[in-house]
Amino acid sequence: MSDLDAFRAEIRAWLEENCPPEMREPAREEDDACWGGRNFKFKNEAQKQWLERCAAKGYTVPDWPKAYGGAGMNAAQAKVWREEMHRINARAPLSSFGIWMLGPALLKFGTEEQKVHYLGQIARGEIRWCQGYSEPGSGSDLVSLQTFGEDKGDHWVVNGQKIWTSYANKADWIFCLVRTDKGNKYQGISFLLFDMTTPGVSTKPILLISGSSPFCETFFDNVVVPKDQIVGELNCGWDVAKYLLGHEREMISGAGGNDRLNTIGAVLNRAGLEDPLLRADLAQFDVDALAFSAMGEKFLDEIKVGKAHPAQPNMMKYAGTELNKRRYELLMAGGGSASLEWESEASDGGARARTWLRTKANSIEGGTSEVMLNVISKRILDLPGA
Amino acid sequence: MPLYHTEDQAMLADTARQFMGEEGAIAKQLRHWRDTNCKDGFGHGLWKQFAELGFTGILVGEADGGLGMGHVEAGIVLEEIGRNLTPSPFLTSSVMAATALGSASADLRGRWLPGLLTGDSVFAVAVDEGPKHRPERIKTRAERAGNGFKLNGAKAFVLHGGSADMLVVAARTAGLDDDDAGITLFAVPKDVAGLSQDKVRLVDSSMATHVKLDNVTLDADAVIGEVDGGREVLNRMLQAGRVGAAAESVGVAAGAFDMTTTYLKQRKQFGRLIGEFQSLQHRAAHLYSEVEIARAATIKAQQLLDGGSVRADLMVSVAKAKAGKAASLAVKEGVQMHGGIGMTDEYDIGLYMKRDRALAEFMGDQYYHADRVARLSGY
Repeated sequence: MSDLDAFRAEIRAWLEENCPPEMREPAREEDDACWGGRNFKFKNEAQKQWLERCAAKGYTVPDWPKAYGGAGMNAAQAKVWREEMHRINARAPLSSFGIWMLGPALLKFGTEEQKVHYLGQIARGEIRWCQGYSEPGSGSDLVSLQTFGEDKGDHWVVNGQKIWTSYANKADWIFCLVRTDKGNKYQGISFLLFDMTTPGVSTKPILLISGSSPFCETFFDNVVVPKDQIVGELNCGWDVAKYLLGHEREMISGAGGNDRLNTIGAVLNRAGLEDPLLRADLAQFDVDALAFSAMGEKFLDEIKVGKAHPAQPNMMKYAGTELNKRRYELLMAGGGSASLEWESEASDGGARARTWLRTKANSIEGGTSEVMLNVISKRILDLPGA
Repeated sequence: MPLYHTEDQAMLADTARQFMGEEGAIAKQLRHWRDTNCKDGFGHGLWKQFAELGFTGILVGEADGGLGMGHVEAGIVLEEIGRNLTPSPFLTSSVMAATALGSASADLRGRWLPGLLTGDSVFAVAVDEGPKHRPERIKTRAERAGNGFKLNGAKAFVLHGGSADMLVVAARTAGLDDDDAGITLFAVPKDVAGLSQDKVRLVDSSMATHVKLDNVTLDADAVIGEVDGGREVLNRMLQAGRVGAAAESVGVAAGAFDMTTTYLKQRKQFGRLIGEFQSLQHRAAHLYSEVEIARAATIKAQQLLDGGSVRADLMVSVAKAKAGKAASLAVKEGVQMHGGIGMTDEYDIGLYMKRDRALAEFMGDQYYHADRVARLSGY
């Protein structure tokens, strides 16, 4: 038996012993995901147990170093972990912007103290993070952001406004892009961390076309941020942000998603599929979706060994989000009038229609498809003037 | 298994890329044989060079003197063939026929494989019977006669049939035209009585034949695998051909794409490089994404096939369909972005468009395979 086989046996046995049966059911509703944090209300005991057991072993972040709350798995082991989780349909023990976005940035740019402190909190699900990037006047042109941190010696005083801050009203801390030099566009931004309970921070949910409010406007009114809460060098926050955007794009692309094996045609067929042209579109979609799932696997394999092009997450984000929008267009068409229901019990409160509307943001948030194509043109294809 | 090449595979890719880029280059092979009106559509000298590198026996077992490699390795060679539009009987001989012969008797393997390994023999496969790939329906009949079989029927789109020393023919020994069972594969020598072939040059300058089988009499030892049980071998051969054609399509797409982005960086209009125009940049970036995804799907299918996975069949169809879509987009965008020069015979981009069209039909187009993906998914 190879080391990896032994490792697989160990993981399989641990999961068998420790993953509660309720956590092996597919997540159906938004609150089926465990987000952790100070104010999180566990949906049931199983969800809490599953988080605690995984956190104790470092399995919420299997490939982070043990010193920072991870399990120290190498690439091959992490893949085994994902495969074994997938085998029993286990839910992720913890959903977290800290894991997906801030964590990788801290691992690369953080000081040793920051890594031990913040990464440990993230791994244990103690602190829920939100991301302060976009502003009302700075969407695709993010680097034009205006939120300003005035230098007051041992601290900054931050004033300004962020928008599209996901779950800001539920988050404990924020990682935030703040202008610290008004005379320098790219080299005048710093990457700051601060507590959302700091005096002067307020949030206001934004009602979306889907009827839900996952995003907020976030206001900063003379918010005091100590100087040791900066990640990376002063005025070098854009580098951190770019690095982190790569991870965000990877996440939104669905590359890490674990179940793309059920083709959409098979899902809709349960309700009867009589239109040959719809069937044809579904088949074309399923070809693209299955091909993209191979791309996701290849991308993750390559990124682990440094073979992926550094700008490849932009391609994944572009292709993955466009695909997901198509998926929901077809699900709506396949469902017919049943998928129009907005408030009925049969429709689970209009779940499909609301998700369909939600997917429209996929190709806007975290960099629009058009910006992704610009980045691919410039950084991968090296086209002139891009 | 990670979805990238191992060190050995990367070395093979380097060898194949260098060899095909030099010896298999468009001017040296495709244009040369086309412009000299070669009746084979490819060069036997190059085929011998393939043999010297071991390529012709890449899927032949080591016990039979081959390299005993898999579809990932065959695909590496095919991607380079696609990138350079190198005309060769590699896909029909070394990928498809070799896969079928893998299920043949020792006698049959001993008769045909040595010539393949030395590059002296060329094989073709005769499966399709009409203008579209429909291997579910096989009308060609083989009836028992004396010690062997008598074959009657017609086959279409037999690539390299006129140059082949042996044709792998799928015929029906039992049942109705649409039955799954009752298929038998035969290794039919080129000079057998009753076999006639009409040669035709295709849009991409390759040569194919319309085959007629008129009371072709064969000994029982010409049967590949089991009598009436040939569907399984046929499917294996088709899978090999499909994933191989997908790999070649990825190469065609990549070749056309590289040519096009190079052109975008050279051509000036309105006082600017046309690659500065965002309308072209976005289309090029989208195309990049499609080609990358097609390549990933193809490697995945190759690996699943090599590993004997039950998901291989589905993924092979995904790969053939996706690679077909990506390559079709690549050549259409390629010609359009080249503008007028893209319509000239002198420029190579049009040759990519022609090759893609032929490759799209070979072993089932994107519609056939999307339909197959739907059926395999239960709808």
